[in-house]
Amino acid sequence: MSPGEGHALMLDRGNLKRRNRVNRVVTISSTAAALFAVAVLVIVVTSVVTKGIGAISLHFLTTPMGLFGDTSGGISNAIVGTAIIVGIAAVMAIPIGLLVAIYTTEFAPPRIGHAVRFALDLLNGVPTIITGIFVYGLIVVPQKHQSGFAGSVALAIIMLPIVARTAQEVLTLVPATLKEAAHALGIARWRTTVRVTLPTAAGGLITGALLSVARVAGETAPLILVCSIFGQGVLTEPGQALASIPVFIFQSSESPSPEAHTQAWAAASILIAFVLVLNVVARAFYARSRKRMGA
Amino acid sequence: MDSSRFSETATVTDSNPEPRTSAEAGAGRPGPTISFGAEGPAKSLKPAREVGNVALESLHAYYGSNHAVRGVSLGFPAGKVTAIIGPSGCGKSTMVRCINRMHEEIPGARAEGKVMLDEIDLYDPSIDIVAVRRSVGMVFQKPNPFPTMSVIDNVTAGLRLTGASRSEMDDRGREALVGAGLWEEVKDRLKGPGTGLSGGQQQRLCIARALAVDPEVMLMDEPCSALDPVATLKIEELIGELKERVTIVIVTHNMQQAARVADTTAFMLGGELVEVGATDKLFTNPDDDRTEQYVTGKFG
Repeated sequence: MSPGEGHALMLDRGNLKRRNRVNRVVTISSTAAALFAVAVLVIVVTSVVTKGIGAISLHFLTTPMGLFGDTSGGISNAIVGTAIIVGIAAVMAIPIGLLVAIYTTEFAPPRIGHAVRFALDLLNGVPTIITGIFVYGLIVVPQKHQSGFAGSVALAIIMLPIVARTAQEVLTLVPATLKEAAHALGIARWRTTVRVTLPTAAGGLITGALLSVARVAGETAPLILVCSIFGQGVLTEPGQALASIPVFIFQSSESPSPEAHTQAWAAASILIAFVLVLNVVARAFYARSRKRMGA
Repeated sequence: MDSSRFSETATVTDSNPEPRTSAEAGAGRPGPTISFGAEGPAKSLKPAREVGNVALESLHAYYGSNHAVRGVSLGFPAGKVTAIIGPSGCGKSTMVRCINRMHEEIPGARAEGKVMLDEIDLYDPSIDIVAVRRSVGMVFQKPNPFPTMSVIDNVTAGLRLTGASRSEMDDRGREALVGAGLWEEVKDRLKGPGTGLSGGQQQRLCIARALAVDPEVMLMDEPCSALDPVATLKIEELIGELKERVTIVIVTHNMQQAARVADTTAFMLGGELVEVGATDKLFTNPDDDRTEQYVTGKFG
């Protein structure tokens, strides 16, 4: 046998082979799972784009949609509507979410911080159709009509826990030593927060806000309830119902006409492209922030 | 320009109104980084070192139910460097953090007893905690410049963010950098990021930041533990210069460092003060057996 026979290193401890085998199985299966996740993304994106590419044109992007069944129009009114609905939602949700995060991480006693965190996680878990029904009862029923604003409120409710939770995570990453240094200089607590903690975390906070926008831009269920019966042409008044990309996709896909289906795929491609771009931008901000926080 | 420091020169040059005087004043003076004699920048900050005596009177500190500092009475005389040594967990950092009331920032932490700064009890209910922190500066283990701020903004952070006027800031900031022995190294990159400096420079930046608010006492909690030997040596030299203008309390794990920089050394164990005395005596001929065992490396 080998020259090392009898040496302690060469002794077969019985389970070495088994451990190697387990190691290989786990490595292979986790790699396969990762590849599977990437493959799903690639399949979704390519199938959406290949099916929709035929309908994407400047005309498609700059013309409002036609009457029901008329596929000669485009999605300009849906793009404008989505921008307005999501924009108003962001204006409502992002400041509140940031304030909630600042309160819970910087000022609240630990017990209240935990309670708020738990509440946000619950809110995050509420199915969005429930949020839609809630806003329907809250705004649409009393007003007796749908509106872009109602859609914004629903999206803001969905955004709020996302913004707040990501901001909490980022703020807790700011090194305690920086806050300590500020306190030791006699800098007041709120000033430390505004001038030291927030600037240090800025990149990560922007990331969270952008991701929440990307998340709700494609939100469909609540909008079908509170903002789906809209007039012709490019509308900009949030007091009335506005078109939106997700609702356009939904309605076109319900249509019997194959041209409408192609338009739905095309609109879906636009939506995916928007979300991808937002994610890439968000990552860039996050990288900057991590550098500052020494991570 | 730094009007306060150049005021004497200004009266002389009044009768000699030549444009080169200001350049001459800068060139002719002993380099501001070096001299800390009677005319050095120290003088312009503080006329005399009659202030800055710190005395702990039966100080107790707790983390919840954990009694970390158990009745320490100890004086830190003005113009001197006092080192605190002792094994990990002996309460030396906690004790020091009681002097600028940073201890109570930790949830559940509290302190009892008196910390006298000259005639004032820093724990008196009428005392503003911000005023305490401005009188008692602190430098931490790891250099912690603010990563979003430039070098000069870091130095003046304590002034800017506590509401000082813009006009005095540049002078005070420069003075503090000179005081921390960093001016020559950073004068061309004041607008550059504070985190772009080397570790040792960052720590001196933090010392400058603490000096800029003009404290009477400077607490240093293992200020060299994250630095290489050369940077450590620079900080130690700096401590020797700074004691002219601030009372220095330094916590250190490094007994050679205590021996090099401290006039007085205190040895703590289990939250209690075991022995305090002249550094030479404490290291060569301590009164207490436990001190002897510790300084000779028998435990800790």
